[in-house]
Amino acid sequence: MSNVLGRGEKIFQVIIHIILIFMAACAIIPVWVLVAGSITNEQELILSGYSFIPGSISWDAYKYLFFKAADIVRSYGITVFITVVGTALSLVITPLLAYPLSRKDFKARNVISFIVFFTMLFNGGIVPSYIMWTQIFHIKNTVWALIFPGLLMNGFNVILMKNYFSQNIPVELIEAAKVDGAGEFLIFGKVILPLSLPIMATVGLFVGIGYWNDWTNGLYYVTQPQLYSLQNLLNRILQDVQFLSSSTLAQAAGGAAMTQMPSVSIRMAISVVGILPIMVLYPFFQKYFVKGIAVGAVKG
Amino acid sequence: MEKRSKSGTLKRQWPLYVMVLPGLLYLFINNYGPMAGMFIAFKRIDYSKGLWASPWVGFENFKYLFKTGAALEMTRNTILYNLVFIVLGEVTGIAAGIMLSELRRKWETKFFQTVILLPYLLSWVICAYIGYAFLSRETGLINGLLNSLGINEVDWYNDPGKWPFILTFVNIWKGLGYSAIVYMSSIIGIDHSLYESAMIDGATKWKQIRYITLPLLKPTVIMLIIMSIGRMFYSDFGLFYQIPMNSGTLYSTTQTIDTYVYRALMTRNDIAMSSAAGFYQSIVGFILVLTANYIVRKSSPENAMF
Repeated sequence: MSNVLGRGEKIFQVIIHIILIFMAACAIIPVWVLVAGSITNEQELILSGYSFIPGSISWDAYKYLFFKAADIVRSYGITVFITVVGTALSLVITPLLAYPLSRKDFKARNVISFIVFFTMLFNGGIVPSYIMWTQIFHIKNTVWALIFPGLLMNGFNVILMKNYFSQNIPVELIEAAKVDGAGEFLIFGKVILPLSLPIMATVGLFVGIGYWNDWTNGLYYVTQPQLYSLQNLLNRILQDVQFLSSSTLAQAAGGAAMTQMPSVSIRMAISVVGILPIMVLYPFFQKYFVKGIAVGAVKG
Repeated sequence: MEKRSKSGTLKRQWPLYVMVLPGLLYLFINNYGPMAGMFIAFKRIDYSKGLWASPWVGFENFKYLFKTGAALEMTRNTILYNLVFIVLGEVTGIAAGIMLSELRRKWETKFFQTVILLPYLLSWVICAYIGYAFLSRETGLINGLLNSLGINEVDWYNDPGKWPFILTFVNIWKGLGYSAIVYMSSIIGIDHSLYESAMIDGATKWKQIRYITLPLLKPTVIMLIIMSIGRMFYSDFGLFYQIPMNSGTLYSTTQTIDTYVYRALMTRNDIAMSSAAGFYQSIVGFILVLTANYIVRKSSPENAMF
């Protein structure tokens, strides 16, 4: 292709750059506002409000966060725990269900595929679900409430994986392993899984972000603050300004120092700390993420 | 090939049955359990008697739900927001997808793609914090800006009329990166020689987009629209609950079926109303999905879900 651009083409490129820069600014500025708020001096925040560029910078909020805030550290730990355990469990049961469905010779294939597929068309709604989890499984105020309801596996991911297996793993490979005397479990572990790293990464990423960002399970099933995930803590602080000052955070600061607790900027600091892992890991996982969206779109 | 008996197959394939077991168990509990529990919409639940012993009341819960006008308001909001989101979401997504695919340097595509997907990765709680930083009455950025321009400040969280615009903006802001990537990946799949021959014929960029890209995107667009129509009775709970900060004065323009079900169940402890609204959503939602799929199967069978 020629590198010489026509005049119309040049104008076109300028226009799309202007629009894309505008869109990128819309995406970045709000996140920047959080960061700016977290490092703005508390008095300035209260008097003149949020700003794009902090007038006087203060790290007080982060100091409180790291040295005095047992609540926040614990909820951070809970978020890490549910993300790791939930994603790991999901990456065990999802491929285990998806793989047999990709095998054309599996007798129960059609029946089970339908059972999976139907969950994507119809759901019973939150009320029966809430009653079931609380009255039958008694998960209210347990850490399992943040792991099991809804997030662990969904029909969409099963079908995504099934399609990947049937499109990328040659039947001959499975047949050859069988001829060599390998059992089904051995085939799954030694042949299928090593060939499925891209789809495992993609699904793991979506499930992991789902756990990290989830606040609804905590909203329904957790009422004890010591079981709050980071998102639930943030949610509670947002709804109830008093919550932060009644927590151990303020107690640690001591009665006399209470007035000094940077309650506005500390909210921003918690948010920043909450999105930090995603921001740091995102550039590395970006490839799998984009791939996941693209394959998901091919067949919803 | 030898023909194997049924029991022989089971004997050989038992490991596959063991593999599907944990996943199936989860679906039976998490998805099919609540379906089986939908009957509670026809009961007056009394925890002291238990679920089974609570009395059946027929359609009484539904009658009450529709009589109060609550059903009308939340249905209207849910459907109207969905319509606006579908139209504007598709238009902006297609536009952004085309622009991303037209960039000439690879790093630029990657950069813009990464940046505009950023809001998609933020939890709704974080988005509510961001929203508050912009909309707060005393300390918000927008009122600060209005003040410095000499315009009266707005009490955003108490002014229902502004919220259709705010929620639409937030919805597009959060979803744009995702739909742009969806469209970009289907544009990349277009045969490049089509554009080359169009250029030889002297077609401008606009003409290439108008006569090559858009027509070839049509099947994807139609499929995505129909899928969204199938979800018309559902709304994003996070968007409608978190962004208005659960403000009661805004319910007239922010209440959707999902927020109603949550509030009835968790804040008013009204199982009758919440289960009736949830049942209504499930059934109408299911009918919409089936209808949408029926339409796809009629027009382009290869894109139908089933």
